[in-house]
Amino acid sequence: MVMETTSAAADKIRCDACPVMCYIKPGAAGACDRYANHDGKLVRVDPHVILERTVEHGGKLVPFNRTEDWDGKIVHEPSTFVTAIGAGTTYPDYKPAPFIVSAEVDGVDMVTVVTEGIFSYCGIKVKIDTDRYLGPETATVRAQGEAVGHVTTSEYGSQMLSLGGVHHLTGGSKKEGRVTCDTLMDLANCKAVELTIDGGASVVVQAGQPPIVNGVKEERMRVGCGSATIGMFAKQWQGKVDEVVVVDDHITGVLSEHQAGKLLDIADTGIKMKGRRSTPGRYFQVADPGTGWGGTNISDPLSILGPFDAKEAKAGLSMLMVSTTGEHSSYYVLDEALKPVETEMPADLKFSVERIQENCEPALCTVLFMAGAGGSLRAGVTDNPVRLTRSVKDALTRVTSGGAPVYVWPGGGITYMVDVTQMPAGAFGYVPTPALVAPIEFTMKLSDYAALGGHMDYVKPLADVQNGEDVRQLPWHNPIPGRRA
Amino acid sequence: MTRRPQIALLSDGRRLHLQDGPIDLIVEARGDERNVRAAYDAAVARFTGLLDELCAELPELRRAALPAASSLEGKVARRMYDAVTPFAWDRFITPMAAVAGSVAEEILGAMLDVATLDQAYVNNGGDIALHLGAGEHFSVGLMDRPDRDGVMQTMRIDANSPVRGIATSGRHGRSFSFGIADAVTVFAATASRADAAATVIANTVDLPGHPAITRQPANELQPDSDLGARLVTCDVGELSPEDIAAALESGAECARQSFDRGLIEGAVLRLCGDMLVIGTRDIEEQRPRPLISENAVA
Repeated sequence: MVMETTSAAADKIRCDACPVMCYIKPGAAGACDRYANHDGKLVRVDPHVILERTVEHGGKLVPFNRTEDWDGKIVHEPSTFVTAIGAGTTYPDYKPAPFIVSAEVDGVDMVTVVTEGIFSYCGIKVKIDTDRYLGPETATVRAQGEAVGHVTTSEYGSQMLSLGGVHHLTGGSKKEGRVTCDTLMDLANCKAVELTIDGGASVVVQAGQPPIVNGVKEERMRVGCGSATIGMFAKQWQGKVDEVVVVDDHITGVLSEHQAGKLLDIADTGIKMKGRRSTPGRYFQVADPGTGWGGTNISDPLSILGPFDAKEAKAGLSMLMVSTTGEHSSYYVLDEALKPVETEMPADLKFSVERIQENCEPALCTVLFMAGAGGSLRAGVTDNPVRLTRSVKDALTRVTSGGAPVYVWPGGGITYMVDVTQMPAGAFGYVPTPALVAPIEFTMKLSDYAALGGHMDYVKPLADVQNGEDVRQLPWHNPIPGRRA
Repeated sequence: MTRRPQIALLSDGRRLHLQDGPIDLIVEARGDERNVRAAYDAAVARFTGLLDELCAELPELRRAALPAASSLEGKVARRMYDAVTPFAWDRFITPMAAVAGSVAEEILGAMLDVATLDQAYVNNGGDIALHLGAGEHFSVGLMDRPDRDGVMQTMRIDANSPVRGIATSGRHGRSFSFGIADAVTVFAATASRADAAATVIANTVDLPGHPAITRQPANELQPDSDLGARLVTCDVGELSPEDIAAALESGAECARQSFDRGLIEGAVLRLCGDMLVIGTRDIEEQRPRPLISENAVA
């Protein structure tokens, strides 16, 4: 006999939206896929999205699963932004064709051309806040064993990956294309994806979440390199400890030798560092890169020290060793043989380690989708595609993706980047080409739209779209540049 | 008083959208205006209250269909039962396996009872009942995964073919599957039969005991699932080309038996990008989804 646990029974809710009366578990949807249990609340999850800034009366407002982020602020009409999600035409010819919507904004007739773009030229740039070694630059990044991208130049406190692109999508084997497409789509839809890097680490990446490197969740970004950390905290260590080593894969700092220590008259300690000295108190390559202390491969920090110099060092000398994120730390006192012996850390030093931790921001993965709108996509908007490009460059037309603000690259074409966490859930789809399908909207004045050769016959008033089928309203979540309330 | 379902014409002004609870129908009738109007009126009339009718017998519909006996009374419930019984003698199956196709068939039947139409279809979330007048045909797009957009192939169904029902089942769809198929599309004489067969064939595209496949009891995922504590597929990890071929072959064997017994007219099985076709002749060239430029405006 199967017994249901009490907690499971308590968590599920019974939907009364129709006579099927489904029991729905948390995080799951009912038989209709329209109603779901979100944290114990019955919510609607319909296909088709309208971002809604206005609180409608009565039952017209359909909560979606970002409701908790919504400040409920009432703003003046017009307040609805139609996104492209669900605008495409697909088998079984269910969804309405793309919209060209006209809405009055501040007395000016605005046009939003809503479409879903099919992007073969698209990819994802991932910023992973970690100093841990993920792999050498240009190393291949794999998902399910298939090459989906590469490691690109690192940024401050972060490792960067460049994924997707036409080469992996269509230039390799069928499986490589499919896995690349799945990987891009999952990352773009804010799902977790496990990536492995040739000659490096395995990392679980999810937009807006901490990275998980070789099974260890990254907590914090470093506040600065080891040398910078010495500079920032030297004064707080003065008088509390004789020596501090901040272990870092890039530049390891040593307090007594560092300019900051010298300025505070901190005495020499006879410490001997391994690695290559850059300037006083700053050492390169104290160890190999890795996932241990401060992005190095070491688990025992003493392994980067040589024997203390007997001329300078004396028994009882105290030393703090700490990583750049404060995640690792140990406290030592030299014994009679001038050997460091790990000892309980005094409270005020613990405090300084916590201070380093506090100054390190939470480590996150950020996922930017990047794509270029080709001529055919632009032709869906106007008779003369290049005029749309010019209109975007001249800032007459604003580009958004799923209602989220985008950065449009200068230069030719309409190549844009968008933070996927700013977009509504499930915004991305795919076609088996393989290529990604992403929403893209062009908003402009009706008169400008006519001037650039727009399909004027097909402009629909906003109310018609709102009253149409398959419309899902989303609480207004992300202001669009230039349309802030 | 009976609840009113959602009834509306889609923005193209041609297609009718009917929705009530989990039932979501796209209906299109082609013919002269008077007949189309009559057909849509009949579809709405039949659809109103249909969900309540089914729910009245829901506990029985969620029980295994035993070929020998059934106390089901509703017309649609009986059709569901009749559609699954040919498969019920050697496996667990409930009439719910044919619910979508049976509803589609019922609505199409109600339309054809009152109207003369050139063509018509009732599409219940991908389970489709068709009507084709002499000389007419439909082009049907096949998706490689029901949870994602994208047409992989198109198929032409002519009036002289016996196919009047199409259904797709797989592990990405709305219902649970015992198998691992991304999609199994079945062509059959009726939508209810296609629906039942697609479910059964998709269940047999499987690699029992394979370590890359994660399964969970259906009732842990959906407390009132008709599948009870039986294990349903949650995730499929990496499969070798040999694994994929073996799983497809297992489903193909089931499809061939169904074909030989005259239960289906054809089936297309898809798993991890590979495809196997049973019994159909008319799959057209692979063709990607039309580009935006071809259909950018309503």
